[in-house]
Amino acid sequence: MRFLTEYRDTEKLESLYGRISRLASGLPRLNLMEVCGTHTMTIGRAGLRRRLPENISLLSGPGCPVCVTPDSYLDAAIKLTERKNICLATFGDMMKVPGSQGNLEERQGSEIAVVYSPLEALEIARKTIKEVVFLAVGFETTAPSVASVVLTAAREKIKNFSLLVAHKLIPPAMACLLQDRKVKIDGFICPGHVSAIIGARPYRVIAERYHRPCVIAGFEILDVLQALVMLLVQFQEKRAAVEIQYSRCVQPAGNLRARHLMAEVFKVGDAEWRGMGVIPKSGLFLKKEYSEFDAVRRFSLQLVKSEKFTGCRCGDILKGLIAPPDCPCFGQSCTPARPKGPCMVSSEGACAAYYRYELLPGRGKWQKS
Amino acid sequence: MAEELITLAHGSGGRPMQQLIQEVFLKFFDHPALTALTDAACLSWPSSYQLCFTTDAYVVQPLFFPGGNIGKLAFCGTINDLAVSGAQPLYLSCAFIIEEGFSVALLEKILASMKQMVCQTGVAVVTGDTKVVERGKLDGLCIATSGVGIRPASLKLCRESLRPGDKVIVSGPLGDHEIAILSARGKFQLETRLASDCAPLHSLTERMLKVEPNLRFMRDPTRGGLAAVLNEIVSGLKVGILIEEKLLPVRKEVAACCEILGLDPLLLASEGRLVAVVPEKTTGQVLTVMKRHPLGRQARVVGQVISDQPGRVLMKTLGGSTRLVEMPAGVQQPRIC
Repeated sequence: MRFLTEYRDTEKLESLYGRISRLASGLPRLNLMEVCGTHTMTIGRAGLRRRLPENISLLSGPGCPVCVTPDSYLDAAIKLTERKNICLATFGDMMKVPGSQGNLEERQGSEIAVVYSPLEALEIARKTIKEVVFLAVGFETTAPSVASVVLTAAREKIKNFSLLVAHKLIPPAMACLLQDRKVKIDGFICPGHVSAIIGARPYRVIAERYHRPCVIAGFEILDVLQALVMLLVQFQEKRAAVEIQYSRCVQPAGNLRARHLMAEVFKVGDAEWRGMGVIPKSGLFLKKEYSEFDAVRRFSLQLVKSEKFTGCRCGDILKGLIAPPDCPCFGQSCTPARPKGPCMVSSEGACAAYYRYELLPGRGKWQKS
Repeated sequence: MAEELITLAHGSGGRPMQQLIQEVFLKFFDHPALTALTDAACLSWPSSYQLCFTTDAYVVQPLFFPGGNIGKLAFCGTINDLAVSGAQPLYLSCAFIIEEGFSVALLEKILASMKQMVCQTGVAVVTGDTKVVERGKLDGLCIATSGVGIRPASLKLCRESLRPGDKVIVSGPLGDHEIAILSARGKFQLETRLASDCAPLHSLTERMLKVEPNLRFMRDPTRGGLAAVLNEIVSGLKVGILIEEKLLPVRKEVAACCEILGLDPLLLASEGRLVAVVPEKTTGQVLTVMKRHPLGRQARVVGQVISDQPGRVLMKTLGGSTRLVEMPAGVQQPRIC
């Protein structure tokens, strides 16, 4: 509880707002990206965007695991529900994500269990003779717990459990963004919990090769403001380094045990991100030793890429090229109740956060569903 | 009763059903209008009053939770809909749809807590119905209640009467009910000592209306929480509402559960709380009578009606800024990470 009050202390917040405006004056226009969806939520809930100086913009990045999961993955998951004797286990926010034809929520009559941890999915497998397939989606934060579940399943020789893996890695996606010439990002607020696992080192390439300051931040509003101060100081001092604001949780080397678990079970490979395409070495896949748990292999699934044009510009939003309200679908054909693109689906998606929290002109005229 | 479980025969209309009504239901409810077992209860009320009529269905899981059960909930929920309409609740109807195989002992436990509410509130159950459905067609039991009440014809209570400067009052901590239910489901392995706030609000609203008959509007923040209620209130109006995050009454346990699960306290359901919009001048008086009532002890002003931003609900955040409070869409899902 202390965190809930101390990290939202008005006096401290106001003093940080003051420092931010002082530091920002004299700096050019800067686009800073909060990579992680939870930061997007913190920023939205606090209404932070409206308190920042004119020349400082915050962009929402690709750090919402649900948002970047491609059509092809959902189509494969939906295909699985059409088979007999299969129980799908998934995190709740995957239910509404649109595939190329419909979403999981519309699969009435199929057996889909909403779980809160991969352990729960394994627990279901222990109690049924059905094939249980866990939709393993997420970044470095959730990958270690999934890895440990795979190891448990292997140890206990659980034969009716498998995973449809779409785990993704954050640093390669950040580097990929910077390779796109159109993208204008000057610095990053790096995800706190991903970094609790991987540490600070994987971001060094962003600071050293691309000369973009990075600060690993916690998820309270005070954390985010302090991270902004640290970023602006780097700009003032004309340097680019990886710094840790979230030191109460993040060690420079990360969590060795968790990294070891990941390395034991997963190998790194190229992965498709919704709206961004295939990013080299940005995905985790089950190693050969654990391929018996790979649902793609077990059920001979084919992940077919289908880029149906929906008018949705989630890809450009994820790259920070446009803000959510600039998308023609935003708030019109795409709302949290009827999401068209993935950024509107998850509560952490950039569009959903904008829709919920930002005071945008003309919002009053929208029909509520 | 010889049998311990509800069977399809109990819904058949024959002797077993008569037995269930006589030996179980009438044991708890004894208003003459009900015990006459006529097809309709014939009731009277003073003709100078307006009749208020409401209905609601209850399907909560689990059926028993800290602070109440589905019976108490069905009773209070309908009373509260009447109460926030400014009505004095008089009579309730009660329809039970029961799954075959449901335990009669549990049914009696539910009825006993409803009877307790009858005694506490003086509101009588005057008509009812029972249906039994095949095993698996329902998860235990659900209840539909309707209620009638009366209110002075002169009462204006309508959201169109909102004026800039009016104060928004919340009667107590928000979201206890929803968090109590979530933890009772055991799904999150949350251990809290939290009980549902489920309670009948009519004596509180009666006192409020006594000191301020020109109270603008009231509603109870059930599904969709405070965010939904406030948005419903200002929707389509020429005024908006501005609340302050630091003024919101939320218990520590509720706030902590919200942090863990990624839920927003503004969207959580309460079952024994109300939101009232009160003219600025009499806010103090209304608050005073509320605080003297056990269900309003923690009542406080959380915001006010504003003239700019028509039709919108805004919140001054702890982050030192202002944001939109959006009408909730769909079910709140706990987050992945």
